[in-house]
Amino acid sequence: MDAPKPRDFKVYPHEDDPGRNILEIAMGPHHPSTHGVFRMDAKLDGETIVDLVPHFGYLHRNHEKLGEDLPYPAIMPYTDRLDYLCSMTNNWAYAHAVESMLDIEVPERAEYIRVIMAELTRLVNHMMLVGFFINDLGAIGTPLLYALREREKILDLFEWVSGARMMCNYFRFGGLRNELPPGWVEACQKLVDEFPAFLDEYEDLLNENEIIIARSQHVGVLSKELAINAGVTGPVLRACGVDYDLRKADPYGIYDRFDFRIPLGEVGDCFDRFMIRMLEMRESISILKQALKDLPDGEIMGKVSKTIKPKAGESYSRIESPKGELGFHIVADGTVNPYRYRIRPPSLINLTVLKDLCIGHKLADTIIIFGSIDIVLGELDR
Amino acid sequence: MDIDALLKRFPALQRDEKSDAVIAPCDIVMEVAEFLKKDSGYELDYLSNVSGVDYLPKEEKEELKKEEGEVETKIKEIPGYMEVVYHFYSMKNKGGLFVLKQRLMDRESPVAMSLMPLYRSAEFQEREVYDLFGIKFTGHPDLRRLFMWEEFEDFPLRKDYKEPDDYEYEPTAHDTVLEKSEANKSNK
Repeated sequence: MDAPKPRDFKVYPHEDDPGRNILEIAMGPHHPSTHGVFRMDAKLDGETIVDLVPHFGYLHRNHEKLGEDLPYPAIMPYTDRLDYLCSMTNNWAYAHAVESMLDIEVPERAEYIRVIMAELTRLVNHMMLVGFFINDLGAIGTPLLYALREREKILDLFEWVSGARMMCNYFRFGGLRNELPPGWVEACQKLVDEFPAFLDEYEDLLNENEIIIARSQHVGVLSKELAINAGVTGPVLRACGVDYDLRKADPYGIYDRFDFRIPLGEVGDCFDRFMIRMLEMRESISILKQALKDLPDGEIMGKVSKTIKPKAGESYSRIESPKGELGFHIVADGTVNPYRYRIRPPSLINLTVLKDLCIGHKLADTIIIFGSIDIVLGELDR
Repeated sequence: MDIDALLKRFPALQRDEKSDAVIAPCDIVMEVAEFLKKDSGYELDYLSNVSGVDYLPKEEKEELKKEEGEVETKIKEIPGYMEVVYHFYSMKNKGGLFVLKQRLMDRESPVAMSLMPLYRSAEFQEREVYDLFGIKFTGHPDLRRLFMWEEFEDFPLRKDYKEPDDYEYEPTAHDTVLEKSEANKSNK
Protein backbone atom coordinates (compact mmCIF):
# COMPACT_ATOMS: atom_id res chain seq x y z
CA MET A 1 0.00 0.00 0.00
CA ASP A 2 1.23 3.50 -0.81
CA ALA A 3 2.27 5.64 2.09
CA PRO A 4 -0.18 8.52 2.64
CA LYS A 5 1.02 11.69 0.99
CA PRO A 6 1.78 14.58 3.28
CA ARG A 7 -0.79 17.25 2.74
CA ASP A 8 0.16 19.91 5.24
CA PHE A 9 3.37 20.99 3.65
CA LYS A 10 4.88 21.36 0.21
CA VAL A 11 8.40 20.79 -1.05
CA TYR A 12 9.96 22.72 -3.92
CA PRO A 13 13.42 22.54 -5.40
CA HIS A 14 15.68 25.45 -4.46
CA GLU A 15 15.98 28.04 -7.25
CA ASP A 16 19.77 28.25 -7.27
CA ASP A 17 20.67 24.76 -6.22
CA PRO A 18 18.35 22.01 -7.49
CA GLY A 19 19.90 19.56 -5.07
CA ARG A 20 18.39 21.41 -2.12
CA ASN A 21 14.75 21.62 -1.31
CA ILE A 22 12.57 24.42 0.05
CA LEU A 23 9.98 23.19 2.50
CA GLU A 24 6.80 25.12 3.06
CA ILE A 25 5.03 24.55 6.35
CA ALA A 26 2.06 26.17 8.01
CA MET A 27 2.71 27.37 11.55
CA GLY A 28 -0.68 27.65 13.12
CA PRO A 29 -3.57 28.37 13.33
CA HIS A 30 -3.39 25.92 16.23
CA HIS A 31 0.26 26.23 17.07
CA PRO A 32 0.59 26.95 20.81
CA SER A 33 3.09 29.75 20.30
CA THR A 34 0.78 31.85 18.14
CA HIS A 35 -1.33 32.76 21.21
CA GLY A 36 -4.58 32.50 19.37
CA VAL A 37 -5.65 31.61 15.89
CA PHE A 38 -2.98 33.00 13.62
CA ARG A 39 -1.16 31.24 10.82
CA MET A 40 2.13 31.93 9.16
CA ASP A 41 3.25 29.99 6.10
CA ALA A 42 7.00 29.70 6.40
CA LYS A 43 9.33 28.62 3.61
CA LEU A 44 12.40 26.92 4.97
CA ASP A 45 15.80 26.18 3.54
CA GLY A 46 16.94 23.64 6.07
CA GLU A 47 16.19 25.39 9.35
CA THR A 48 16.44 28.92 7.94
CA ILE A 49 13.41 31.00 7.02
CA VAL A 50 13.54 32.26 3.44
CA ASP A 51 10.00 33.58 3.23
CA LEU A 52 7.09 34.03 5.59
CA VAL A 53 3.50 34.93 4.80
CA PRO A 54 1.14 35.75 7.67
CA HIS A 55 -2.54 34.89 7.34
CA PHE A 56 -5.23 36.64 9.35
CA GLY A 57 -8.93 36.50 9.79
CA TYR A 58 -9.60 33.40 11.85
CA LEU A 59 -11.18 35.55 14.54
CA HIS A 60 -12.73 38.10 12.19
CA ARG A 61 -16.20 39.20 13.24
CA ASN A 62 -16.40 42.55 11.45
CA HIS A 63 -16.46 44.62 14.58
CA GLU A 64 -16.56 47.76 12.43
CA LYS A 65 -19.79 46.69 10.74
CA LEU A 66 -21.31 45.92 14.14
CA GLY A 67 -20.37 49.40 15.25
CA GLU A 68 -22.28 50.98 12.38
CA ASP A 69 -25.49 49.39 13.59
CA LEU A 70 -25.18 50.46 17.22
CA PRO A 71 -25.68 53.80 18.96
CA TYR A 72 -22.51 55.40 20.28
CA PRO A 73 -22.83 54.35 23.95
CA ALA A 74 -23.71 50.77 23.01
CA ILE A 75 -20.37 50.26 21.28
CA MET A 76 -18.47 50.67 24.56
CA PRO A 77 -18.82 47.04 25.76
CA TYR A 78 -17.77 45.80 22.34
CA THR A 79 -14.47 47.63 22.62
CA ASP A 80 -13.64 45.42 25.63
CA ARG A 81 -13.48 42.51 23.23
CA LEU A 82 -10.90 44.09 20.95
CA ASP A 83 -7.76 43.60 22.95
CA TYR A 84 -9.25 41.48 25.68
CA LEU A 85 -6.24 41.90 27.97
CA CYS A 86 -6.50 45.68 28.00
CA SER A 87 -10.19 46.49 28.10
CA MET A 88 -9.64 49.67 30.13
CA THR A 89 -7.38 51.31 27.55
CA ASN A 90 -9.72 50.26 24.73
CA ASN A 91 -12.58 51.93 26.60
CA TRP A 92 -10.49 55.03 27.02
CA ALA A 93 -9.52 55.19 23.36
CA TYR A 94 -13.14 55.00 22.28
CA ALA A 95 -14.37 57.41 24.96
CA HIS A 96 -11.59 59.81 23.98
CA ALA A 97 -12.64 59.67 20.33
CA VAL A 98 -16.28 60.49 21.03
CA GLU A 99 -15.43 63.08 23.69
CA SER A 100 -13.21 64.93 21.24
CA MET A 101 -16.07 65.00 18.72
CA LEU A 102 -18.56 66.41 21.22
CA ASP A 103 -16.14 68.55 23.26
CA ILE A 104 -17.14 66.82 26.49
CA GLU A 105 -15.22 67.88 29.58
CA VAL A 106 -14.10 65.13 31.92
CA PRO A 107 -13.97 65.97 35.66
CA GLU A 108 -10.64 66.02 37.41
CA ARG A 109 -11.23 62.97 39.58
CA ALA A 110 -12.34 60.89 36.61
CA GLU A 111 -9.20 61.86 34.71
CA TYR A 112 -7.04 60.65 37.58
CA ILE A 113 -8.91 57.37 37.89
CA ARG A 114 -8.59 56.90 34.13
CA VAL A 115 -4.84 57.24 34.36
CA ILE A 116 -4.73 54.78 37.26
CA MET A 117 -6.77 52.23 35.32
CA ALA A 118 -4.72 52.68 32.16
CA GLU A 119 -1.43 52.19 33.97
CA LEU A 120 -2.73 49.13 35.83
CA THR A 121 -3.74 47.79 32.43
CA ARG A 122 -0.25 48.43 31.13
CA LEU A 123 1.12 46.38 34.02
CA VAL A 124 -1.28 43.53 33.22
CA ASN A 125 -0.41 43.55 29.55
CA HIS A 126 3.35 43.74 30.02
CA MET A 127 3.32 40.98 32.61
CA MET A 128 1.39 38.72 30.29
CA LEU A 129 3.77 39.54 27.46
CA VAL A 130 6.91 38.95 29.48
CA GLY A 131 5.53 35.76 31.00
CA PHE A 132 4.56 34.28 27.66
CA PHE A 133 7.78 35.46 26.05
CA ILE A 134 9.77 33.47 28.61
CA ASN A 135 7.34 30.61 28.12
CA ASP A 136 8.06 30.65 24.38
CA LEU A 137 11.76 30.58 25.13
CA GLY A 138 11.29 27.22 26.78
CA ALA A 139 10.96 28.06 30.46
CA ILE A 140 7.54 26.52 30.52
CA GLY A 141 5.33 27.41 33.41
CA THR A 142 7.23 28.86 36.33
CA PRO A 143 8.09 32.41 35.20
CA LEU A 144 4.71 32.70 33.47
CA LEU A 145 2.90 31.75 36.64
CA TYR A 146 4.94 34.24 38.65
CA ALA A 147 3.68 36.92 36.28
CA LEU A 148 0.13 35.63 36.29
CA ARG A 149 0.13 35.57 40.10
CA GLU A 150 0.78 39.33 40.19
CA ARG A 151 -1.61 39.98 37.33
CA GLU A 152 -4.32 38.26 39.31
CA LYS A 153 -4.04 40.87 42.04
CA ILE A 154 -4.67 43.64 39.53
CA LEU A 155 -7.59 41.76 38.02
CA ASP A 156 -9.05 41.53 41.52
CA LEU A 157 -8.89 45.31 41.71
CA PHE A 158 -10.62 45.57 38.33
CA GLU A 159 -13.31 43.16 39.45
CA TRP A 160 -13.85 45.12 42.62
CA VAL A 161 -14.37 48.38 40.79
CA SER A 162 -16.17 47.29 37.63
CA GLY A 163 -17.64 43.88 38.35
CA ALA A 164 -15.62 42.09 35.70
CA ARG A 165 -12.06 40.88 35.64
CA MET A 166 -11.39 41.39 31.96
CA MET A 167 -14.44 42.84 30.21
CA CYS A 168 -14.53 45.89 32.44
CA ASN A 169 -16.71 48.30 30.43
CA TYR A 170 -15.91 50.94 33.02
CA PHE A 171 -15.51 54.15 31.01
CA ARG A 172 -18.31 56.42 29.91
CA PHE A 173 -18.35 59.50 27.72
CA GLY A 174 -17.50 62.31 30.09
CA GLY A 175 -16.31 60.18 32.97
CA LEU A 176 -16.65 56.77 34.51
CA ARG A 177 -19.47 54.37 35.25
CA ASN A 178 -19.26 54.27 39.03
CA GLU A 179 -17.30 55.63 41.94
CA LEU A 180 -14.41 53.65 43.40
CA PRO A 181 -15.66 51.37 46.18
CA PRO A 182 -14.54 52.19 49.73
CA GLY A 183 -11.13 50.75 50.47
CA TRP A 184 -10.16 50.44 46.81
CA VAL A 185 -7.60 53.22 46.84
CA GLU A 186 -5.83 51.73 49.86
CA ALA A 187 -5.76 48.30 48.23
CA CYS A 188 -4.36 49.80 45.05
CA GLN A 189 -1.76 51.71 47.05
CA LYS A 190 -0.73 48.47 48.74
CA LEU A 191 -0.34 46.75 45.37
CA VAL A 192 1.68 49.63 43.99
CA ASP A 193 3.97 49.58 47.02
CA GLU A 194 4.53 45.85 46.80
CA PHE A 195 4.93 45.61 43.05
CA PRO A 196 8.56 46.81 42.74
CA ALA A 197 9.66 43.93 44.98
CA PHE A 198 8.13 41.49 42.52
CA LEU A 199 9.82 43.27 39.63
CA ASP A 200 13.18 43.07 41.43
CA GLU A 201 12.73 39.37 41.98
CA TYR A 202 11.63 38.81 38.41
CA GLU A 203 14.51 40.79 36.96
CA ASP A 204 17.00 38.94 39.17
CA LEU A 205 15.68 35.70 37.78
CA LEU A 206 15.55 36.67 34.14
CA ASN A 207 17.68 39.61 33.05
CA GLU A 208 21.04 37.93 33.22
CA ASN A 209 19.80 34.51 32.39
CA GLU A 210 22.20 32.94 29.89
CA ILE A 211 19.54 31.25 27.81
CA ILE A 212 17.45 34.41 27.46
CA ILE A 213 20.49 36.40 26.40
CA ALA A 214 21.72 33.76 23.97
CA ARG A 215 18.37 33.29 22.35
CA SER A 216 17.08 36.84 22.20
CA GLN A 217 20.03 39.18 21.75
CA HIS A 218 20.62 40.14 18.09
CA VAL A 219 17.62 38.11 17.04
CA GLY A 220 15.03 39.88 14.95
CA VAL A 221 16.74 43.24 14.77
CA LEU A 222 14.38 45.98 13.61
CA SER A 223 15.93 49.11 12.15
CA LYS A 224 14.66 52.59 13.05
CA GLU A 225 13.88 53.50 9.46
CA LEU A 226 11.85 50.40 8.76
CA ALA A 227 9.99 50.71 12.05
CA ILE A 228 8.88 54.27 11.32
CA ASN A 229 8.06 53.53 7.71
CA ALA A 230 6.00 50.48 8.64
CA GLY A 231 4.02 52.42 11.23
CA VAL A 232 5.22 50.26 14.12
CA THR A 233 4.25 51.86 17.43
CA GLY A 234 4.42 51.20 21.13
CA PRO A 235 7.20 49.33 22.93
CA VAL A 236 8.33 47.66 19.69
CA LEU A 237 9.08 51.07 18.19
CA ARG A 238 10.75 52.39 21.31
CA ALA A 239 12.94 49.30 21.47
CA CYS A 240 14.56 50.55 18.23
CA GLY A 241 15.40 53.83 19.92
CA VAL A 242 12.66 56.06 18.51
CA ASP A 243 11.36 58.39 21.19
CA TYR A 244 7.66 58.35 20.38
CA ASP A 245 5.23 57.76 23.18
CA LEU A 246 1.87 59.44 22.78
CA ARG A 247 1.71 60.09 26.52
CA LYS A 248 4.52 62.59 25.92
CA ALA A 249 4.42 63.29 22.19
CA ASP A 250 0.71 64.06 21.94
CA PRO A 251 -0.58 64.11 25.51
CA TYR A 252 -4.18 63.15 26.11
CA GLY A 253 -6.04 63.09 29.41
CA ILE A 254 -3.79 64.53 32.10
CA TYR A 255 -0.56 62.74 31.24
CA ASP A 256 1.28 66.05 30.95
CA ARG A 257 1.04 66.44 34.75
CA PHE A 258 3.04 63.35 35.58
CA ASP A 259 6.74 62.96 35.77
CA PHE A 260 7.92 59.79 34.07
CA ARG A 261 10.59 58.63 31.70
CA ILE A 262 10.32 56.81 28.40
CA PRO A 263 12.64 53.82 28.20
CA LEU A 264 14.36 53.44 24.84
CA GLY A 265 16.22 50.50 23.36
CA GLU A 266 19.48 50.59 21.45
CA VAL A 267 19.64 47.60 19.16
CA GLY A 268 16.00 46.83 18.45
CA ASP A 269 16.33 43.09 18.97
CA CYS A 270 14.08 40.76 20.94
CA PHE A 271 16.03 41.35 24.13
CA ASP A 272 15.47 45.11 23.88
CA ARG A 273 11.78 44.56 23.32
CA PHE A 274 11.69 42.37 26.42
CA MET A 275 13.65 44.85 28.53
CA ILE A 276 11.52 47.81 27.40
CA ARG A 277 8.50 46.13 28.92
CA MET A 278 10.30 45.55 32.21
CA LEU A 279 11.38 49.19 32.35
CA GLU A 280 7.96 50.50 31.31
CA MET A 281 6.40 48.64 34.21
CA ARG A 282 8.62 50.61 36.59
CA GLU A 283 7.55 53.88 34.95
CA SER A 284 3.91 52.85 35.21
CA ILE A 285 4.43 52.26 38.91
CA SER A 286 5.88 55.74 39.20
CA ILE A 287 2.84 57.26 37.43
CA LEU A 288 0.51 55.23 39.64
CA LYS A 289 2.21 56.50 42.79
CA GLN A 290 1.83 60.11 41.69
CA ALA A 291 -1.78 59.63 40.60
CA LEU A 292 -2.79 57.93 43.85
CA LYS A 293 -1.10 60.66 45.85
CA ASP A 294 -2.86 63.49 44.01
CA LEU A 295 -6.23 61.80 43.51
CA PRO A 296 -8.76 64.59 44.19
CA ASP A 297 -12.32 64.32 45.45
CA GLY A 298 -15.26 65.32 43.32
CA GLU A 299 -17.55 64.17 40.58
CA ILE A 300 -16.75 61.26 38.31
CA MET A 301 -19.19 62.16 35.54
CA GLY A 302 -19.21 65.38 33.57
CA LYS A 303 -22.26 67.00 32.08
CA VAL A 304 -23.26 64.92 29.11
CA SER A 305 -26.54 65.06 27.24
CA LYS A 306 -28.56 61.87 27.29
CA THR A 307 -28.49 61.31 23.55
CA ILE A 308 -25.05 61.17 22.07
CA LYS A 309 -25.42 62.69 18.63
CA PRO A 310 -22.26 64.22 17.16
CA LYS A 311 -22.56 66.64 14.29
CA ALA A 312 -21.78 65.39 10.81
CA GLY A 313 -18.03 65.26 10.40
CA GLU A 314 -14.96 63.18 10.89
CA SER A 315 -12.51 62.73 13.68
CA TYR A 316 -9.41 60.67 14.30
CA SER A 317 -8.01 60.33 17.78
CA ARG A 318 -5.50 58.00 19.32
CA ILE A 319 -4.07 56.96 22.65
CA GLU A 320 -1.04 54.98 23.73
CA SER A 321 -2.40 51.54 24.51
CA PRO A 322 0.06 49.04 25.99
CA LYS A 323 0.57 47.54 22.54
CA GLY A 324 0.98 50.76 20.61
CA GLU A 325 -1.10 53.47 19.08
CA LEU A 326 -4.78 52.63 19.29
CA GLY A 327 -6.74 54.99 17.09
CA PHE A 328 -10.41 55.47 16.34
CA HIS A 329 -11.54 57.08 13.10
CA ILE A 330 -15.21 57.97 13.35
CA VAL A 331 -17.33 59.45 10.57
CA ALA A 332 -20.55 60.87 11.96
CA ASP A 333 -23.59 61.75 9.88
CA GLY A 334 -25.63 63.49 12.57
CA THR A 335 -27.54 60.40 13.72
CA VAL A 336 -27.15 58.32 16.88
CA ASN A 337 -25.10 55.66 15.07
CA PRO A 338 -21.67 56.28 13.64
CA TYR A 339 -21.67 56.28 9.85
CA ARG A 340 -18.25 54.69 9.74
CA TYR A 341 -16.37 53.36 12.71
CA ARG A 342 -12.81 52.30 12.14
CA ILE A 343 -10.18 51.10 14.56
CA ARG A 344 -6.49 51.41 13.98
CA PRO A 345 -5.24 48.21 15.58
CA PRO A 346 -1.64 48.35 16.80
CA SER A 347 -1.44 44.54 16.82
CA LEU A 348 -2.09 44.28 13.10
CA ILE A 349 0.16 47.09 11.98
CA ASN A 350 3.07 46.03 14.18
CA LEU A 351 2.99 42.68 12.40
CA THR A 352 3.80 44.36 9.06
CA VAL A 353 7.48 43.88 9.89
CA LEU A 354 7.17 40.23 10.97
CA LYS A 355 8.39 38.93 7.61
CA ASP A 356 11.40 41.26 7.57
CA LEU A 357 12.35 40.29 11.11
CA CYS A 358 12.13 36.55 10.54
CA ILE A 359 13.89 36.11 7.20
CA GLY A 360 17.37 34.72 7.74
CA HIS A 361 16.65 33.39 11.21
CA LYS A 362 15.98 29.86 12.33
CA LEU A 363 12.46 28.54 12.56
CA ALA A 364 12.69 28.38 16.35
CA ASP A 365 13.52 32.10 16.41
CA THR A 366 10.30 33.10 14.66
CA ILE A 367 8.43 32.03 17.78
CA ILE A 368 10.45 34.41 19.94
CA ILE A 369 10.25 37.23 17.40
CA PHE A 370 6.53 36.78 17.12
CA GLY A 371 6.19 36.62 20.90
CA SER A 372 8.21 39.79 21.39
CA ILE A 373 5.96 41.85 19.10
CA ASP A 374 2.96 41.35 21.39
CA ILE A 375 -0.33 40.88 19.60
CA VAL A 376 -3.82 39.91 20.62
CA LEU A 377 -5.91 38.28 17.96
CA GLY A 378 -9.15 39.81 19.17
CA GLU A 379 -7.85 43.21 18.17
CA LEU A 380 -5.91 42.07 15.13
CA ASP A 381 -8.77 40.31 13.37
CA ARG A 382 -11.54 42.43 14.84
CA MET B 1 -0.74 72.61 9.00
CA ASP B 2 -0.70 75.11 6.17
CA ILE B 3 -3.12 73.72 3.67
CA ASP B 4 -3.22 76.88 1.52
CA ALA B 5 0.43 76.62 0.56
CA LEU B 6 -0.09 73.02 -0.40
CA LEU B 7 -3.11 73.93 -2.53
CA LYS B 8 -1.03 76.58 -4.27
CA ARG B 9 1.68 74.10 -5.11
CA PHE B 10 -0.72 71.43 -6.34
CA PRO B 11 -3.68 73.22 -7.95
CA ALA B 12 -5.41 69.92 -8.63
CA LEU B 13 -5.95 69.38 -4.91
CA GLN B 14 -9.28 70.17 -3.31
CA ARG B 15 -10.04 71.17 0.22
CA ASP B 16 -12.65 69.14 2.07
CA GLU B 17 -14.40 71.70 4.24
CA LYS B 18 -16.29 69.21 6.38
CA SER B 19 -13.35 67.32 7.78
CA ASP B 20 -10.41 69.68 7.32
CA ALA B 21 -8.79 67.34 4.85
CA VAL B 22 -7.26 67.55 1.40
CA ILE B 23 -8.69 65.55 -1.47
CA ALA B 24 -6.15 64.44 -4.02
CA PRO B 25 -6.95 63.04 -7.46
CA CYS B 26 -5.58 59.53 -7.94
CA ASP B 27 -2.98 60.47 -10.54
CA ILE B 28 -1.06 62.89 -8.31
CA VAL B 29 -1.61 61.34 -4.89
CA MET B 30 1.81 59.69 -4.91
CA GLU B 31 3.45 62.98 -5.83
CA VAL B 32 1.64 64.78 -3.02
CA ALA B 33 2.51 62.09 -0.49
CA GLU B 34 6.14 62.16 -1.52
CA PHE B 35 6.21 65.94 -1.18
CA LEU B 36 4.62 65.75 2.28
CA LYS B 37 7.07 63.11 3.38
CA LYS B 38 10.31 64.56 2.05
CA ASP B 39 10.21 68.20 0.96
CA SER B 40 7.35 69.96 2.66
CA GLY B 41 9.11 70.64 5.95
CA TYR B 42 6.40 68.80 7.88
CA GLU B 43 8.34 65.52 7.74
CA LEU B 44 5.23 63.41 7.68
CA ASP B 45 7.14 60.16 7.95
CA TYR B 46 4.45 58.16 9.69
CA LEU B 47 1.25 56.99 8.03
CA SER B 48 -0.90 56.10 11.00
CA ASN B 49 -4.21 54.99 9.63
CA VAL B 50 -5.84 54.07 6.33
CA SER B 51 -9.58 53.68 6.22
CA GLY B 52 -12.19 53.37 3.55
CA VAL B 53 -15.55 55.11 3.68
CA ASP B 54 -18.49 54.33 1.47
CA TYR B 55 -21.06 57.01 0.61
CA LEU B 56 -24.28 55.87 -1.04
CA PRO B 57 -25.92 58.00 -3.69
CA LYS B 58 -28.53 60.20 -2.06
CA GLU B 59 -31.14 62.74 -2.89
CA GLU B 60 -31.11 66.14 -1.36
CA LYS B 61 -34.06 68.45 -1.35
CA GLU B 62 -33.33 72.00 -2.32
CA GLU B 63 -35.87 74.69 -1.67
CA LEU B 64 -35.94 77.60 -4.07
CA LYS B 65 -38.03 80.57 -2.96
CA LYS B 66 -39.85 82.43 -5.66
CA GLU B 67 -41.00 86.00 -5.46
CA GLU B 68 -44.68 85.41 -4.75
CA GLY B 69 -44.05 83.34 -1.66
CA GLU B 70 -44.20 80.07 -3.55
CA VAL B 71 -41.66 77.48 -2.65
CA GLU B 72 -40.32 75.20 -5.32
CA THR B 73 -38.58 72.06 -4.17
CA LYS B 74 -35.96 70.66 -6.40
CA ILE B 75 -34.52 67.23 -5.87
CA LYS B 76 -30.81 67.12 -6.39
CA GLU B 77 -29.17 63.78 -6.86
CA ILE B 78 -25.77 63.35 -5.34
CA PRO B 79 -23.92 60.40 -6.82
CA GLY B 80 -22.35 57.85 -4.52
CA TYR B 81 -18.61 57.64 -4.07
CA MET B 82 -15.92 55.97 -2.02
CA GLU B 83 -13.14 57.53 -0.07
CA VAL B 84 -9.80 56.28 1.12
CA VAL B 85 -8.68 58.37 4.10
CA TYR B 86 -5.04 58.57 5.12
CA HIS B 87 -3.99 59.99 8.51
CA PHE B 88 -0.41 61.22 8.65
CA TYR B 89 1.74 62.21 11.59
CA SER B 90 5.38 63.05 11.99
CA MET B 91 7.53 61.04 14.35
CA LYS B 92 10.51 63.31 13.81
CA ASN B 93 8.99 66.59 14.96
CA LYS B 94 5.94 65.07 16.73
CA GLY B 95 3.62 66.99 14.42
CA GLY B 96 0.34 66.09 12.84
CA LEU B 97 -2.41 65.43 12.07
CA PHE B 98 -2.67 65.72 8.29
CA VAL B 99 -5.56 64.06 6.50
CA LEU B 100 -5.31 63.14 2.83
CA LYS B 101 -8.18 61.62 0.92
CA GLN B 102 -8.66 59.89 -2.37
CA ARG B 103 -12.22 60.29 -3.58
CA LEU B 104 -13.30 57.62 -6.05
CA MET B 105 -16.40 58.50 -8.01
CA ASP B 106 -16.83 55.06 -9.56
CA ARG B 107 -18.58 53.31 -6.66
CA GLU B 108 -19.08 49.99 -8.41
CA SER B 109 -15.47 49.20 -9.20
CA PRO B 110 -13.31 51.81 -7.47
CA VAL B 111 -9.61 51.98 -8.22
CA ALA B 112 -7.24 53.97 -6.00
CA MET B 113 -3.52 54.57 -5.99
CA SER B 114 -1.54 52.65 -3.42
CA LEU B 115 0.78 54.49 -1.04
CA MET B 116 2.49 51.24 -0.12
CA PRO B 117 5.69 52.00 -2.12
CA LEU B 118 6.19 55.06 0.12
CA TYR B 119 4.75 53.81 3.41
CA ARG B 120 5.02 50.17 4.40
CA SER B 121 2.32 50.71 7.03
CA ALA B 122 -0.21 50.83 4.21
CA GLU B 123 0.55 47.21 3.32
CA PHE B 124 -2.01 45.46 5.52
CA GLN B 125 -4.34 48.42 5.87
CA GLU B 126 -4.85 48.81 2.12
CA ARG B 127 -5.38 45.08 1.89
CA GLU B 128 -8.05 45.45 4.54
CA VAL B 129 -9.73 48.28 2.64
CA TYR B 130 -9.68 46.13 -0.49
CA ASP B 131 -11.09 43.21 1.47
CA LEU B 132 -13.99 45.02 3.07
CA PHE B 133 -14.78 47.73 0.49
CA GLY B 134 -13.53 46.29 -2.78
CA ILE B 135 -11.32 49.26 -3.57
CA LYS B 136 -8.48 48.11 -5.81
CA PHE B 137 -5.10 49.70 -5.22
CA THR B 138 -2.82 50.04 -8.22
CA GLY B 139 0.80 49.70 -7.26
CA HIS B 140 0.16 47.43 -4.29
CA PRO B 141 2.41 44.39 -4.75
CA ASP B 142 0.33 41.91 -2.79
CA LEU B 143 -3.33 42.84 -2.98
CA ARG B 144 -5.22 39.91 -1.46
CA ARG B 145 -8.09 39.66 0.95
CA LEU B 146 -6.89 40.13 4.50
CA PHE B 147 -9.68 38.82 6.75
CA MET B 148 -12.34 37.17 4.60
CA TRP B 149 -11.57 33.92 2.84
CA GLU B 150 -10.52 33.96 -0.81
CA GLU B 151 -13.75 32.45 -2.13
CA PHE B 152 -15.85 35.19 -0.54
CA GLU B 153 -17.26 37.40 -3.25
CA ASP B 154 -18.89 40.41 -1.65
CA PHE B 155 -17.49 43.36 0.27
CA PRO B 156 -19.07 43.49 3.73
CA LEU B 157 -18.45 47.09 4.73
CA ARG B 158 -20.15 48.57 1.69
CA LYS B 159 -23.31 50.30 2.72
CA ASP B 160 -25.47 48.32 0.29
CA TYR B 161 -24.08 44.95 1.35
CA LYS B 162 -26.67 42.24 1.87
CA GLU B 163 -25.98 39.13 3.87
CA PRO B 164 -26.09 36.03 1.72
CA ASP B 165 -29.05 33.87 2.64
CA ASP B 166 -27.23 30.59 2.23
CA TYR B 167 -27.03 29.33 5.77
CA GLU B 168 -27.87 25.71 6.25
CA TYR B 169 -30.93 25.90 8.41
CA GLU B 170 -31.40 23.28 11.03
CA PRO B 171 -34.62 21.41 10.42
CA THR B 172 -36.95 22.58 13.16
CA ALA B 173 -40.63 22.54 13.78
CA HIS B 174 -41.01 26.05 12.41
CA ASP B 175 -42.56 26.00 8.99
CA THR B 176 -41.05 29.20 7.65
CA VAL B 177 -37.59 28.04 8.49
CA LEU B 178 -38.20 24.71 6.85
CA GLU B 179 -39.50 26.39 3.73
CA LYS B 180 -36.50 28.65 3.57
CA SER B 181 -34.18 25.75 4.02
CA GLU B 182 -35.86 23.80 1.21
CA ALA B 183 -35.69 26.81 -1.06
CA ASN B 184 -32.00 27.24 -0.40
CA LYS B 185 -31.36 23.57 -1.05
CA SER B 186 -33.23 23.58 -4.34
CA ASN B 187 -31.35 26.69 -5.47
CA LYS B 188 -28.03 24.91 -5.14
